[in-house]
Amino acid sequence: MKKVLAHKEIEVNDEGYLLDFSQWNKEVGEALANEQEIQMTNRHWEVIDYIHDKYKSEEPLSIRGIKKSGVLDIKEFYSLFPGGPLKKATLIAGIPKPKSCI
Amino acid sequence: MSDTKVKKMLFILSKATLENVYAAFVMANGARMEGIESEIFFTFFGLEAIQKKKLEHLHVATVGNPAMHMPTMLGGLPGVEALASKMMKKEMDKLDMPPVGEFLEILSDSGCKLWACKLAIDMFHLKEEELIDELDGILTIGDFYARADQEGTHLLFI
Repeated sequence: MKKVLAHKEIEVNDEGYLLDFSQWNKEVGEALANEQEIQMTNRHWEVIDYIHDKYKSEEPLSIRGIKKSGVLDIKEFYSLFPGGPLKKATLIAGIPKPKSCI
Repeated sequence: MSDTKVKKMLFILSKATLENVYAAFVMANGARMEGIESEIFFTFFGLEAIQKKKLEHLHVATVGNPAMHMPTMLGGLPGVEALASKMMKKEMDKLDMPPVGEFLEILSDSGCKLWACKLAIDMFHLKEEELIDELDGILTIGDFYARADQEGTHLLFI
């Protein structure tokens, strides 16, 4: 379905995840975060950068990966993106929801 | 807080075979990742999973486990259980499943509360220093039920 975010028409699935990463930009990410009631800070963007790096190198994302990332620890991840951090961070980053169970 | 009807999952882990421990851990971690609160209450043999000296030496059951597709007599031979456990741990590592100790750290950092059962601790004569540092405390069953006293809470006995 189509949705207007940051004055841009975006294709999203029924859970709100972007279908086409090329439609993503920082303003779109900001708008997606606001819908999740998350106020983006520099620290949030650093995490989104990390997620984009992993996505571009086709490495699967997991909570264990966050622990080993060297970017942030799991506690901070949960405090930055409360209520399901991997789910929310990937949504804001404009990439598909991770399929991993761990 | 999650949008789901399930708000909180309380797991009671009473066994220490690998398959049961991982079932509890994966579900408790999965709940946190969905924004659902989760806690694990370790009782009876489940306490092995939070004893510093024992937690990395848990085994899969090869005797009395028809799903192993192995004759019971064979499963009971020396070394068979250790071998089956080693193979299973190798497969789990391929899926990036953390070992027990690291998984407990992940759970604790994710906000999953870890409790030990007072009665079982007394029965096995365990001391607090033998238990993992991430433990949130030792509870009676009454304390545990008090933690279940909120809307949308589910209890699961493993």
